[in-house]
Amino acid sequence: MKLMPAVGALGVFLLVVGSWIGLFVAPADRFMGDIQRIMYVHVPSAWTTMVCFTVSLVAALGWVYGVVRPAKDGQRSWGWDDALESSIEVGVMFGALLVMQGMIWAKPTWGVYWTWDPRLTTVAVMELMFVAVLALRSFVDEPVRRATWSAVTTLVAYVNVPLVYFSVRWWSSLHQVQSTSDSIDPEIWRPLGINAFGFLFVAIAFMGLRTQVARLTRETLLAGDDVGPSAGGAR
Amino acid sequence: MTSRKLFLVAAVGVAVAGVSWIAFGNLGENLVYYWTPTELRDHAEKAEGATVRLGGMVKAGSIVQGTPLTFVVTDGTAEVTVRTTEIPPAMFREGIGVVVEGSVDGAGGFDSKRLMVKHDNSYKAPKDGAMPAEGQMFGTLAEDAGTTEPPPVAGTP
Repeated sequence: MKLMPAVGALGVFLLVVGSWIGLFVAPADRFMGDIQRIMYVHVPSAWTTMVCFTVSLVAALGWVYGVVRPAKDGQRSWGWDDALESSIEVGVMFGALLVMQGMIWAKPTWGVYWTWDPRLTTVAVMELMFVAVLALRSFVDEPVRRATWSAVTTLVAYVNVPLVYFSVRWWSSLHQVQSTSDSIDPEIWRPLGINAFGFLFVAIAFMGLRTQVARLTRETLLAGDDVGPSAGGAR
Repeated sequence: MTSRKLFLVAAVGVAVAGVSWIAFGNLGENLVYYWTPTELRDHAEKAEGATVRLGGMVKAGSIVQGTPLTFVVTDGTAEVTVRTTEIPPAMFREGIGVVVEGSVDGAGGFDSKRLMVKHDNSYKAPKDGAMPAEGQMFGTLAEDAGTTEPPPVAGTP
């Protein structure tokens, strides 16, 4: 079995175990009842989204470093751009999950699906800005320019990640602040922790496999093979 | 320095400046999601006729069921009586945080068109012998909503 599928399978296994404990073993919250159990996927989605976008940040910095300090042999570190493309895509996917799960949780507890409180607003802006980076990528065909523009816009979009994290502390919001080990019972913390690693491993597998796709696509493009209308080497 | 390098440095600079501005500038004071009862009192003139959000705690013993539902929102300093015809979320109870959207009436009260419950960051199992709050999630507001103790059995002293 190859590495990335194995990591993904481990993640799915942890998700099954964690969700089973979360749904059938862990007690329901004293005030919310069973609705609270959606936290076992909502909170890991949030953490995973942050991890993916942080991978994008590192990838963007890696590419930018190569632009500012070009290698002596003129070789470019394309791996950074492949990782950037995959991590943003996977992060946007988990971000979409995060928002949908949050809305499902919000309606019965807060009373509304959506409100423009600081946490929800910053998450929406973060998600849209990373979608914008992906849109920009699809508009630029020339690989070097595409990589540089994506890296720079990613640096700007990443500003949102700390804003999302601190939004509930800096401003009065409807969303509660981060929980601590004191504010969560151990029986509730356990499935949350297992699912967090499940999501993490699934995301690593997705990013790993998607990076391979990005690498193959880019290598085909750079080789100038005439495989399709957008892959022409004439540009 | 080539123009490309300048462009990159400028982009990073803009990003850093943006975060610093939001984090350490005065922007935070203008990004207000809701006013506390004290702030609402202080901004009484601005609030007149506008749609505003008011956030605070539901004062113990202040909930009066009916149409409209009325309760008092407090921040420990000031209090505002809120009226709403909205059906409150099941989490609504004495002592919980709420954010209400609406407008002030002439008499110092608040007409709410949207009632939202703000819960805290604690997730805990019910105490021994108590059931999870099924009644609060799926039923109507109970008299003793919010307590985690089992209801007293009728007929026992």
